[in-house]
Amino acid sequence: MTRVAIVALNTFREAVRDRVLYNLIFFALLMISAAVLVGEISIGIERLVIVNLGLTAISVTGLVMAVFIGVSLVYKEMDKRTLYALLSKPVRRWEFLAGKFAGLLLTLAVNTALMTLGLIAALLYVTHTLAPADANLLVAVYFILLQLALVTGLALLFSCFSTPMLSTLFTLGIYLAGLFSADLRASGMSGNSRALELMTRALYYVLPNFSNYNAIHAAGHGRAIPFTLVWANTAYTVSYLLVILLAASAVFSSRDLK
Amino acid sequence: MSTWAIETEGLTKDYAAGFWRKKRRRALDALTIQVQSGEVFGFLGPNGAGKTTTLKLLLGLIYPTSGAARILGRSISDVAMHRSVGYLPEQPYFYDYLTARELLDYFARFFGYTAAERRERVGRFLGMVGLEAAGDVQLRKFSKGMLQRVGMAQAILHDPEVVILDEPMSGLDPLGRREVRDIILDLKRQGRTILFSTHILSDAEMLCDRVGVLVGGKLQGVGAPEELVSIAVQGMEVLFDMPAGRALPPALGAAAVQTGSRLRLHVPEAELYATLELLRGSQARIISVTQVKATLEDFFFRLVGNQKTAGHAVEVPGK
Repeated sequence: MTRVAIVALNTFREAVRDRVLYNLIFFALLMISAAVLVGEISIGIERLVIVNLGLTAISVTGLVMAVFIGVSLVYKEMDKRTLYALLSKPVRRWEFLAGKFAGLLLTLAVNTALMTLGLIAALLYVTHTLAPADANLLVAVYFILLQLALVTGLALLFSCFSTPMLSTLFTLGIYLAGLFSADLRASGMSGNSRALELMTRALYYVLPNFSNYNAIHAAGHGRAIPFTLVWANTAYTVSYLLVILLAASAVFSSRDLK
Repeated sequence: MSTWAIETEGLTKDYAAGFWRKKRRRALDALTIQVQSGEVFGFLGPNGAGKTTTLKLLLGLIYPTSGAARILGRSISDVAMHRSVGYLPEQPYFYDYLTARELLDYFARFFGYTAAERRERVGRFLGMVGLEAAGDVQLRKFSKGMLQRVGMAQAILHDPEVVILDEPMSGLDPLGRREVRDIILDLKRQGRTILFSTHILSDAEMLCDRVGVLVGGKLQGVGAPEELVSIAVQGMEVLFDMPAGRALPPALGAAAVQTGSRLRLHVPEAELYATLELLRGSQARIISVTQVKATLEDFFFRLVGNQKTAGHAVEVPGK
């Protein structure tokens, strides 16, 4: 087993032992309540309500986990000095970072997969059947995972040089700015200032574009999600993550562990 | 090709200090030492002397400002060298959600052992540090002394050629200290090189082939404990009884110290025989004559006392 995988599996084990996956209980209760109530309060849009509610819950829960676990991934190890014994083994610092990232991603993937199963069960309970268009639901879940990977990467980067509180602010700030980066660019273009336009355009290209990942609406309405968007989002996420993880590795590899 | 197990050349570490982090605080100043293969080398020094800084530099946990170091002839920047090195951090803390057995198994995985090898090794080393009964208890329930034992086990789990221990006796009760001493002696018998820091001077005297004394980030002396202490003035201690009704010779009266029912005299070696003659003349009963050797502790405190800046790393001009 590679050293990255060894660290990743231990990070996953830590999340499980810290009862991180207990959030699944709340998600299950939410889905059961929604499935029971939706038939009584909404006529003809049961599917839309269940899919929207389920995907939003998956996205928000994943986001909370990615940010709050991600920002302490490295900081906690440095603060508690658990890292000392580990780095005295034949483990490179970038391998440790990659392992922590992969471990949290694995936790998020398992959590998301279990939630998706819950969502499908609730959908089956309400609609009694699954249509081919419901496959879009899986694409929307995949986009949520890509988004979570990017947020985890950002949180990990900040975790390498900042406290959890500041890292949370930085990560959430970039997430929100990235969610509205298109609006930011449009507002810059609508003004008369050339400098402002250049600045907002630069921000648009530099900030991760999180609005690209929102396919909840399309999945809710059973609309097809273009395959090119799947490829484009995948390539964009992988490229952006590479840059973030390389930056995190450069920062972490050069710092003293006090 | 170098024959030293560990060698440093002008190893220096400055830390940024002050609000703007423009000042530099020198934690280690041009340390040059060599540790032979199979040797037990002890680092002595007060808090803040640079002992932990040196060990962390050797492990690549912090980076030197200048200078170089090699372990087994390989640069300390070469992480692959860690296959042959074991390290016990100061006041170790481990993943508290794991049991001792799981932690050791986790660390053993980095050395490529099979599942069967890991199981055998983990069981053996848990037994060696006296934790076989607590192997399946989560580390969050461990005392400081038990964590120290787990730390010792993880440091030697992979049979390293070089073992680096930062305050290995810290937090241990007398029994635990003795067990760790026995482990260090056992490692020495196996031909391993051991570098450890300590502030417990009796341990250093008992275990070390050589010691280095660090004060204020500077190496003040290196040598075998007996070499270092031989610098001190030697003397002789005479323990004796006076028969009832006999008085001490006037020449010795002022120097003798009553200890219980006996008297004790501390005299220079050159005056021993003259003193014994005087005592014989007074019909004193000699109980014992002992050579008084300066201890490593005396040497250590003399060094620290000479340096009023001891214990505080020095500030150096900003870069």
